[in-house]
Amino acid sequence: MASALDYTLPVGAHGTGAADRLAPQLLDAAPMLPDPSERCPGVEKHVRMLHGTTTLAFKYQGGVVVAVDSRASAGAYIASQTVKKVIEINPFLLGTMAGGAADCSYWERYLGMRCRMFELDQKKRISVAAASKILSNITHSYKGYGLSMGTMICGWDESGPQIYYVDSDGDRLHHHLFSVGSGSTFAYGVLDTGYRYDLTKDEALALAQRSIFAATYRDAYSGGTVRVYHIDQKGWQRMSETDSMELYFKFRQEKA
Amino acid sequence: MSSIMQYNGAAIIAMAGKDCIAIASDKRYGIRNQTMGCQMKKIFQVGDKTFVGLTGLATDMQTLDQKFRFRSNMYRLREEREMSTEAFANMVTSLLYEHRFGPYFCEPIVAGLGGEDGKSPFLCGMDLLGAQVRTEDFMVGGDCTEALYGLCESMYRPDLGPDELFEVIAQCLLSGVDRDCLAGWGCVVHVLTPEGVTTRDLKGRMD
Repeated sequence: MASALDYTLPVGAHGTGAADRLAPQLLDAAPMLPDPSERCPGVEKHVRMLHGTTTLAFKYQGGVVVAVDSRASAGAYIASQTVKKVIEINPFLLGTMAGGAADCSYWERYLGMRCRMFELDQKKRISVAAASKILSNITHSYKGYGLSMGTMICGWDESGPQIYYVDSDGDRLHHHLFSVGSGSTFAYGVLDTGYRYDLTKDEALALAQRSIFAATYRDAYSGGTVRVYHIDQKGWQRMSETDSMELYFKFRQEKA
Repeated sequence: MSSIMQYNGAAIIAMAGKDCIAIASDKRYGIRNQTMGCQMKKIFQVGDKTFVGLTGLATDMQTLDQKFRFRSNMYRLREEREMSTEAFANMVTSLLYEHRFGPYFCEPIVAGLGGEDGKSPFLCGMDLLGAQVRTEDFMVGGDCTEALYGLCESMYRPDLGPDELFEVIAQCLLSGVDRDCLAGWGCVVHVLTPEGVTTRDLKGRMD
């Protein structure tokens, strides 16, 4: 006779360790949580805010530059022009937001907590590699559950400036230059043209701003304010926040 | 989001004032999220006293403009007079319904001056099959109609003169497209009075 004691947690549910007790036929790779969009048609419009975005980060001789736009869209509707897409995890770590707004802000806030726990435990700052690995372990364990995030974890640790790209597919890539979001192709166009490792700090900041601006102009789903951050051995600093309209007229005047 | 009506993106408003009408559109031409240009013509003048604004698929907008011009020119040659705005709107309706089972993906807005005295406003919106809806105050079209309706409902007053009407329609459109990803990048406003047409380009957000 079946009893409640026979109940075993399905694979994919969290904090189980029950996998070894499962009968083989229960081992199903498909996630157990339903995708909300299957139960509620049109839910995409409401929960998938911030799908359009442009973010970028690159390393150069002086450290790391991070730049983002500030538009949140739900379909073609502009939900906000003043979103903060750079998440300040701790004084040496920045995360960027692209994809689902709630997924990014929740998990990067959680990452901040985990990094602080690491510091208290180990009495030293966490490396960017380790921090990004915590996040990618999370996204990997939730693979197939419908998380949506494309983020760059940027910072300065014992081995110098670092950028890791982590997304909801479970990818975690280490490289010196990334751009993420619907406007990333437009940003890459400017960024790749102007990028050199030996840029001065001012040149690097200007290039980042110009690249995000190009994306706000060409990409319908990016816009608002262009925010630029800089990271060096002393930690991150907010360098500028400029309305993209101001930049449009500035660049147009320079061209004329 | 993948609707054919939102492939290129547009926003249009038409408003009636006292012995005048105004019609305004944004200027973006895009392909889905990619902005290709910001000089696009979406409002077309037909004869002296009629404007038609087209939203929807750009290729059909241009084809329809050509067909409208052809038909109204033929009318002028045959009848030796201008087509009235109301007759033009009815012609648009029948042209659209001819393609009932393979429609042009356009929603026209017809605005003009007509009537006995030749200066009563005429406003009319249509769906892509030609069903007309006539209004006395304003008509909006495009892919941010909720925002545009909200603005027009609160800003519009009846019997405005041409200058006030321009101010109202311009503010409605500029604020409306600021809530829409697929429209904007500058606007154009035409104000039609019995004396003639004034056209003004507006500076808008370029993101």
